[in-house]
Amino acid sequence: MLRDITIGQYYQTESPVHRLDPRVKIGGTLLYIISLFLFSGFAGYIAAAVFLAVVIRLSHVPFRFMVKGMKAILFLLLITVGFNLFLTPGTELISFWKLSITREGAEMAVTMAVRLTLLIIGSSVMTLTTTPNNLTDGMEKMMKPLRIFHVPAHEVAMIMSIALRFIPILLEETDKIMKAQLARGADFDSGNLLQRARSMVPILVPLFISAFRRANDLAMAMEARCYRGGEGRTKMKPLIYQRRDRIGYLCILGYLVIGVTLSRIW
Amino acid sequence: MGIVRTENLIYEYIRRDEEGNVEGITTAVDRVSLDIAPGEFIAVLGHNGSGKSTLAKHINAILNPTEGTVWVDGMDTSREESVWDIRRTAGMVFQNPDNQIIGQVVEEDVGFGPENMGVPTREIWERVEESLKAVGMYEYRKYSPNKLSGGQKQRVSIAGVLAMHPKCIVLDEPTAMLDPRGRREVIRAVRALNQVEEITVILITHYMEEIVHADRVFVMEGGRVALEGTPREIFSQVEKLKSLRLDVPQVTLLAHELRRRGIDLPEGILTGQELADALCAIV
Repeated sequence: MLRDITIGQYYQTESPVHRLDPRVKIGGTLLYIISLFLFSGFAGYIAAAVFLAVVIRLSHVPFRFMVKGMKAILFLLLITVGFNLFLTPGTELISFWKLSITREGAEMAVTMAVRLTLLIIGSSVMTLTTTPNNLTDGMEKMMKPLRIFHVPAHEVAMIMSIALRFIPILLEETDKIMKAQLARGADFDSGNLLQRARSMVPILVPLFISAFRRANDLAMAMEARCYRGGEGRTKMKPLIYQRRDRIGYLCILGYLVIGVTLSRIW
Repeated sequence: MGIVRTENLIYEYIRRDEEGNVEGITTAVDRVSLDIAPGEFIAVLGHNGSGKSTLAKHINAILNPTEGTVWVDGMDTSREESVWDIRRTAGMVFQNPDNQIIGQVVEEDVGFGPENMGVPTREIWERVEESLKAVGMYEYRKYSPNKLSGGQKQRVSIAGVLAMHPKCIVLDEPTAMLDPRGRREVIRAVRALNQVEEITVILITHYMEEIVHADRVFVMEGGRVALEGTPREIFSQVEKLKSLRLDVPQVTLLAHELRRRGIDLPEGILTGQELADALCAIV
């Protein structure tokens, strides 16, 4: 199941969206998410959907990769929709047994579903078009002013990029350990919740041991390549705003203005 | 004076119990003295636990000697202030290709070393390009390391070290986790570094085939250097190598057995071609 989360999975291709400065994409995604909650009314969401569709089109990433990210939150989505649908008080539309669907509830449920879908796909666009390294670079630079409050921006960015690099490796390893334990007669699929949780122990223990060993090796390899923290480091790919990045910011701004006006009018 | 020199190097692993009392001392490296000249291709051979990896880690100042001294390009590795200069002089490639690649993209990983050294951006790109070309991985520069084979990952690691412009590269069993094809790729890349870029190579391995092209071979056993010489000299001592639990390449073994059966072949035949030539000469 973990494999289906697209967050942190970069899709390699050439596109105008890929070439944008990560700061534009991070900032843009944040603004987009905020806009989803600011807009009220049908027109605003159409604007949001159209904007997203255009960005996806420009990104050259196949749509099915975006949908992959949705699978992981499908359950959450269903719960949210369910609660909103049945538990919002208001004018009754249909009622059966003890449940009733209200007009307000139906509206709320649709709104929430649209919001969440756009939110997940929107942030997937960012992670699919930006290498995780680029992403952490962007965050590092955006967080740099927080240095005065002793926020270790470089360290956090480095930890994140290493974590992202090792996720697929550790997933593969989990798979291997699972198969090894299955081959020895381990049973992961039967019993109640507690028994199942307990059966995860023989997977987790070797996984942790191997993760620590990897961490140790990696630390040694990094030191051997002269890594000594963020001080005095230069960048292979320094972040410098280009013309296209300014255009990117303008597009986002334009979208916000159009969206806000539309949702005011309707 | 050589690029890497050790004098009476001793390293002891101290095992402690839970209260921190010394339980036992294992001497991993025992009175090793080496002198390696610039541009040499050195192979260090030994089975598991012979101390060869511990020796390698001293050259990069990852470990400090318990006794004795290690000099890298004239710098004493036990001096705190020269650690970073030593690490850029003597680069190190480790065994597990997954645990030494930091970057998400091949080129970013190769750039990691120069970034740490504070090399200006434009020069980093030049170094990355030339390093990737030197190991034949330039066309993969935009790939994710997870999509590469073991041999390719290991060549990326070598490029990562190469981009720091070291004078010497220490490879600690770089082929141990690879398939035969990956092994050949890596060894070819390493030989090219030595011959084309004239970098001193110290190759730690337990595969006999890989030392055939070395200038000098050190065979380690129980933390000491048990044998030293050219590959030909080493391989002519088939019985001795067997007693050190090391395998001899098949060709050399075949030649050795033929010699024992009374066929007049020279000692220390290393390649199939040599054996064929020698046999033709007799016939």
